[in-house]
Amino acid sequence: MPESVTTGTKSPAMRPDEIKAVPVRHPGRWIAVAVVLFLAVALADSIATNERFEWGIVRHYFFSSRVLHGLVLTLELTVLSMAIGIALGILLAVMRLSPNPLVSGASWLYIWFFRGTPVLVQILLWYNIAALYPRFSLGLPFGGPQFAHFSAASLITPFRVGVLALGLNEGAYMAEIVRAGILSVEEGQTDAAQSLGMTRLQTMRRIVLPQAMRVILPPTGNETISMLKTTSLVAVIAASDLLYSVQLIYSVNFRPIPLLLVASAWYLIVTTVLTIGQYYLERHFGRGATRELPETPLQRLRRSIFSLRPTAKTPSEASGERR
Amino acid sequence: MTPPMVKAEAVHKSYGRLEVLKGVSLEVQPGQVMCMLGPSGSGKSTFLRCINHLEKINAGRLWVDGELVGYRQSADKLYELRDSEVCRERSEIGMVFQHFNLFGHMTALENVVEAPIHVKKVPKGEAFRQGKELLDRVGLADKEDNYPSQLSGGQQQRVAIARALAMQPKLMLFDEPTSALDPELVGEVLDVMRQLAREGMTMVVVTHEIGFAREAGDLLVFMDEGVVVESGDPNEVLASPKQERTRSFLSKVL
Repeated sequence: MPESVTTGTKSPAMRPDEIKAVPVRHPGRWIAVAVVLFLAVALADSIATNERFEWGIVRHYFFSSRVLHGLVLTLELTVLSMAIGIALGILLAVMRLSPNPLVSGASWLYIWFFRGTPVLVQILLWYNIAALYPRFSLGLPFGGPQFAHFSAASLITPFRVGVLALGLNEGAYMAEIVRAGILSVEEGQTDAAQSLGMTRLQTMRRIVLPQAMRVILPPTGNETISMLKTTSLVAVIAASDLLYSVQLIYSVNFRPIPLLLVASAWYLIVTTVLTIGQYYLERHFGRGATRELPETPLQRLRRSIFSLRPTAKTPSEASGERR
Repeated sequence: MTPPMVKAEAVHKSYGRLEVLKGVSLEVQPGQVMCMLGPSGSGKSTFLRCINHLEKINAGRLWVDGELVGYRQSADKLYELRDSEVCRERSEIGMVFQHFNLFGHMTALENVVEAPIHVKKVPKGEAFRQGKELLDRVGLADKEDNYPSQLSGGQQQRVAIARALAMQPKLMLFDEPTSALDPELVGEVLDVMRQLAREGMTMVVVTHEIGFAREAGDLLVFMDEGVVVESGDPNEVLASPKQERTRSFLSKVL
């Protein structure tokens, strides 16, 4: 009588042959490849031969000190306003989750205002704050003693306004990102931390936030890249960032296209660097979340070079190695 | 005379209009193992969470080791304890959860030393030495560098027990510690708990493991609909339950 279930067939003699089948043909893919290749070559040809790109001018201004100064200012603006945005975002997110309705209401109101008005308008408003409050003073309110006075005009520089406006605006967006991250951490984590006697602050700082980072980081990387480009808005208040610097140059030599290309190329380069940094940060905070850390691109490259060696492996061996 | 480790007097707890505990009174003496049995929704887990003030009770009194949980009484007035005082009370009570709740971003050893270092302020070297000893005690000396996601359920629960023990608690609470485990892995966790019971740890265990309740328990409490229906020596209660409700429950699980 034939058995319907065979147990323990481990002997290699029983292993059937590897499947060798004729693969399905995909003519559509080859047509798509041809179309894409044709368009790419046409584009490259146009970029290389159209003299109006003026690549010589691009090369000439690429490392000019004015452009580089603009780039540095753009980077400073990005870093400082993101720092303010993240710190403010964490604060607002924790406030938003507070059981005290006044505290969470205040956070809601802040987010409502700063997310509901265009950031360009906010930059202009801050730039003109002197019209609203000509003097700032440090002291007790409602006619109490004053310790120091500043005239608004002396405090307001385009750079400070840029950092302030962009940072305060970013805080509203970061608050929602951080809140989503905090909510993504299971309640059981808080229970466990509290049952061990950890305070609310310790629980938030050591248990919840580090685990929320996995959810917070990808959109924060996105925000940072977005911020890098949003900083170009400060050109309207004459802060000499990357965009404003090239604008100053082409307002004199009337070569907007090559100079805008210079700016675009720098924005692209910085974005690329940020993307790489984000990958490694995500990898760092992903520890414990997956059984195995994802490979770095370098490791992947090394592995694929080694696996290309002529020592032929069966597919099952190759995939076994990856585990 | 030493006070009971846990003493509950007519403890009531409600969530909004839903009353989960409707007057629970019981006592656990130091060194005793009390097992709590009952259908889901009967309030066992809620009662456990009240013991370390993860839930506030609405009426009645609850003491741990002679100290009122979450409040201070002077004359006939109750004062809520400050956060830091609640934390100190909790740090002396270990808790093990159904879903382990290990800190996912920390290795097994980091999980165990976290609270000793940051709550008890034990020097790092000392905490790590004790942490390794504890992991050895639950049979996981070789897993100290593994993250929770790299451990089986049974191993995770044993790390969770080691984490709770690291605070040198005077009382251990177990909230259905084996309910989320594959049947094959239940034994390894129960072994660790049995060993703890033999060493004289006071334990309150919410469980469906009748066998464990029978051999390791000193006291068995059967709860239903927010009240204690029956309590007593595990062997007696299990062999000849006096209440009809207990009998019908046991006939379904045994």
